[in-house]
Amino acid sequence: MVCDLCNKNVATVHLTEIINDQMRELHLCEGCAREKGTEMEQHFGLQDMLAGLADIGEELGEETGDQLTCDACGMTYRDFRKIGRLGCPACYDTFKKKLMTVLRRIHGSTRHVGKIPARTNQDVSDKLRIQELKRKLQRSIEMEEFEEAARIRDEIRKLERKTSEGFKQ
Amino acid sequence: MKISDLLNQTSEWLKGTGPNAEIILSTRIRLARNIEGKPFSNWAAKKQATEIFEEAIQGLMDVKTLKTGMVLVLKDVSLVDRQFLVERHLMSKEQASHPENKGVVLSKDEVCSVMVNEEDHLRVQVLGSGFNLRKCWEMADKLDDQISEKITYAFSLELGYLTACPTNTGTAMRASVMAHLPALVMTKRIGKLLEAITKFGLTTRGLYGEGTEASGNIFQVSNSVTLGQSEDDTVEYLERFVKQLIGHEENARRTLLTQQRGELEDRVWRAYGVLRAAHIITSNETIDLLSTVRLGVDLEIIKEIDRRVVNELFIATQPAHLQKMEGKELTPPERDVKRAAIIRTRLAG
Repeated sequence: MVCDLCNKNVATVHLTEIINDQMRELHLCEGCAREKGTEMEQHFGLQDMLAGLADIGEELGEETGDQLTCDACGMTYRDFRKIGRLGCPACYDTFKKKLMTVLRRIHGSTRHVGKIPARTNQDVSDKLRIQELKRKLQRSIEMEEFEEAARIRDEIRKLERKTSEGFKQ
Repeated sequence: MKISDLLNQTSEWLKGTGPNAEIILSTRIRLARNIEGKPFSNWAAKKQATEIFEEAIQGLMDVKTLKTGMVLVLKDVSLVDRQFLVERHLMSKEQASHPENKGVVLSKDEVCSVMVNEEDHLRVQVLGSGFNLRKCWEMADKLDDQISEKITYAFSLELGYLTACPTNTGTAMRASVMAHLPALVMTKRIGKLLEAITKFGLTTRGLYGEGTEASGNIFQVSNSVTLGQSEDDTVEYLERFVKQLIGHEENARRTLLTQQRGELEDRVWRAYGVLRAAHIITSNETIDLLSTVRLGVDLEIIKEIDRRVVNELFIATQPAHLQKMEGKELTPPERDVKRAAIIRTRLAG
């Protein structure tokens, strides 16, 4: 049997590919199989994809900053590129410039919209807090937890009073 | 509560109840959370991982929803039991294979669970039956609130919940449904749909999550974007998409019923026949046949068995479940015999 790709060498590797439910058999020589193999590997693997995304800086001609190290956990940007996972929350600050590009590529955005934890060391403005509480109030009403809803309502009122007093000053 | 107690109860997600349960087996919400100021699980040194584990377990044991359930320290849990939890969708394969400093905390009914020291310090899960994205999200949101009273999360106002992998940053929420789509596969329409799914910023996976193949015509559909989109919007978007998916599967089922009824009935009864008669059967063959039988039950071709029985068999015939039922380790050939016996008994009613 001759290789399906180069039509020259003897086929020694037999592959079955399923694309969109269509099964296709491929008979390849060793050389072509190796090329095909890398092509197939590239199709999958989140890690590879992430590593690819993390390389963008390089493509754009910026220096890669591989040596950049997180003071909190010791991870370098090179480590991140290799394993596709960050070392600690502080890495987000250390690698911020590069990560923003990565995040934009993955999510199409670099700004969190959504839940804020009830307890956080972040300085959450009253306005955001009220917004979050209103969402929770809605949820409590939907789940028919009226006692909880009343508690949240009082909390919102308290915060709203505080903000309007702030304006007066 | 012990792991063996679970053997006698049906997981909520297998009950075959809830909206659109004939096509959507289950709904899941997963939230990734990390403790502030601590290295992520995979990068933590052994001592740090132990500290994180202890802090997390301590906090979780105090959480109302989880109090009556179970705390499992994985290094004290046997391999079969760990596999058993994977099969019940209470734990990832990854978590099961590296038990050191890892754990799972479960609510009594298995609806809520939290994996400790998986890729993130906490992976909070709510797993319900049928198509129930909004309710599952509400439950997860509430459970998360309870946990955040005990544990301070790594969070930034700009980037949201900070996770080990940037694909989860933001809401760190993965909302997913497990859809049984045999008619779309039989009518060869599934390929185009799966293609469309990725174009809509959603992903598909197999029955056991990332890196697994779709078997038994079961596909997991989930969101992939977590930054710049609120939890409510993500749920609504996925909800809308899944409704369309359900519509397509229903159409394909109608097509099969009107245009190929004879072939379909033959296929369903043959599958049922093999399952009721076989004395040796592999898990792959079982899943494929169960999928066809389930379709037959949904379309009322087979009226004598309940959907719940078929759902339960999907899990009860998995390797660790068989071994737990038998109360000892079984070799693969022994499992094939035991599997066939269980199927025969349960289908005999």
